[in-house]
Amino acid sequence: MFYREAGEFKTSYVDDNQTFPIRFDRYRYYAVLAVAFLIVPFVINDYWANAVLLPFLIYAIAAIGLNILVGYCGQVSLGTGGFMAVGAYATYKLMTAFPDINIFFHIVMAGGITAIVGVLFGLPSLRIKGFYLAVATLAAQFFLVWLFNRVPWFYNNSASGQINAPERTVFGQAVTGPATEAWATYLFCLVFTVASALLARNLTRGAMGRRWMAIRDMDIAAEIIGVNPLISKLTAFAVSSFFVGIAGALFFAVYLGAVEVGEVYGINKSFLVLFMIIIGGLGSIFGSFAGAAFLVLLPVLLKNVLVGTLGWPTGLASHFEIMILGFLIIVFLVAEPHGLAQLWRVTKEKLRLWPFPH
Amino acid sequence: MPDQLLFGMEVFLNGLMAGVLYALVALGFVLIYKASGIFNYAQGVMALFAALTLVGIMEGQVPFSHLINAIFGTEVHHFGWHLPAVVGIVLTIVVMIGLAWAVNAFIMRHLVNQEPIILFMATIGLAYFMEGLGDLMWGADIKKLDVGLPQGINTAIDEATYDFFGYGFFIDNLDIWATVIAIILVAALMLFSQYTKQGRALRAVADDHQAALSVGISLNFIWVLVWSIAGFVALVAGIMWGAKSGVQFSLSLIALKALPVLMLGGFTSIPGAIVGGLIIGVGEKLFEFAIGPLVGGATENWFAYVLALIFLVFRPQGLFGEKIIERV
Repeated sequence: MFYREAGEFKTSYVDDNQTFPIRFDRYRYYAVLAVAFLIVPFVINDYWANAVLLPFLIYAIAAIGLNILVGYCGQVSLGTGGFMAVGAYATYKLMTAFPDINIFFHIVMAGGITAIVGVLFGLPSLRIKGFYLAVATLAAQFFLVWLFNRVPWFYNNSASGQINAPERTVFGQAVTGPATEAWATYLFCLVFTVASALLARNLTRGAMGRRWMAIRDMDIAAEIIGVNPLISKLTAFAVSSFFVGIAGALFFAVYLGAVEVGEVYGINKSFLVLFMIIIGGLGSIFGSFAGAAFLVLLPVLLKNVLVGTLGWPTGLASHFEIMILGFLIIVFLVAEPHGLAQLWRVTKEKLRLWPFPH
Repeated sequence: MPDQLLFGMEVFLNGLMAGVLYALVALGFVLIYKASGIFNYAQGVMALFAALTLVGIMEGQVPFSHLINAIFGTEVHHFGWHLPAVVGIVLTIVVMIGLAWAVNAFIMRHLVNQEPIILFMATIGLAYFMEGLGDLMWGADIKKLDVGLPQGINTAIDEATYDFFGYGFFIDNLDIWATVIAIILVAALMLFSQYTKQGRALRAVADDHQAALSVGISLNFIWVLVWSIAGFVALVAGIMWGAKSGVQFSLSLIALKALPVLMLGGFTSIPGAIVGGLIIGVGEKLFEFAIGPLVGGATENWFAYVLALIFLVFRPQGLFGEKIIERV
């Protein structure tokens, strides 16, 4: 019934190269987009936007970025939090220095700045591999957070050391600052998320993505068949940091509004995004979304059940939450090391044959 | 002698002592990495968990008391006994061995032959789990750990240096004890791995899993053994850091301090862990002393990583690591 390929004849290269080659898949994708753009903005309220939808959309961008680096290019990075901080502080500096330019461009430019920083910290990857590289990226994490904490220029010498997003509008509607409406911030983030996912999907399908995957599978072999490791690894770092920077910028400007760098962009953030792509599935754009959804929803759900229903004290519930999170990560790794994306793939295969599995 | 130089020397000595503690944590990493190829991020949390358990047992706390109280509405807190440190340590070792067994039985055995990154992620999951479990079992408040080690300024050194330089060095008794205990521990581990049957088996497994398996060494037993030893090392590190700054969550962050030590020394080398620890300990203290005030302080957070990063660019396998040979 579902995922039938029968009767679909591809008569041109354009048809053959579509992002979603199966018609059912394509319609499902359009349906999801239609719901996200046309229905959700009308039913959204502040609680849903702030507790679930905004973090989900923003983390999905970060997860896509990290997935490009770890899942597609095989370079493990633990510096995501630091790169998100670069995006946030770049946006802040741009917002306060050029208040007349639209925030949309600020955020894209912040992504660009993060990409440059990412390339700088990616340079050692040409010499250092595997775990050594993973630990080396921690240098970026700690150094960047320290830098933003200690150099007053980055937070415009504000007394609290925090950065606060001033009010900025898109088409006359406030998307940052205190007086935003849920649907506006939601749509603003959604545009970025959809654009990132499209861009990432097409990059990974093209020549660049193939180079990354060749490097991931075996870098020496890739080098021998003519893949330039310098360019491949650094483009992976650049593209990945670009997305992560945008996520950090949105997280600061649209979602939180005020940020204390050590608290928000600490090492835990790096691990959280890494968990997302591991649980979601390495090397899969859909996996990035699934992992982000899972790890955003899980704490909300646990909190509602433990504190709301069972009436536990919040401190106790938060410890329990950490424990459950660790437990679930282990369960996932033991049961399905390739993540939710793999479950989805298996389901799709089953659906293609259903109801006649032979 | 100029004052700056004297201060510098004092900082150097204190850095050396801090380095010993870093080395102690790094040692636990190296042991597990060598024997099973697992990069055990949970080592720091194991130290926290061991210290929490030790305090809990010594103070006679009821495990999960907060949880029990929250669910059943009871008011249980303590069993009402105070155990001597020795008994507490022995019981904690038993708990850590149980933990080692559980980790192998429930996690690592199911993940044999997975990619290293998956194993690494599993240990991060384990770290989160144990962090939550430790807090849930023993409560999240900061606890004092007193196992009878002397604390405070060492007056003998203070007086001797005062007589000699005209300036008394401040060196904590606890740091001296930590150094002595660390040296004993490393020596004991060396002897164990060189001269006992299990130690030889351990080295064989570290060398080549399959060859070791084929001559009849039980991999399961060795892995439990290694995790137990790592648990013991974590306990020692937990006691030292716990006695120094109280048993609290930040204890688990020493794992992050140990990582650059590992990079510098090489993941597979025990001497590397020690030398790396000393270099990092001294380096970050001296850097903070000399450059820190110029750039706003708190450079300890990142100096070790940046040092290790720069170092690795020139020598990718670390100071003493095995040369990385890549084949297609």
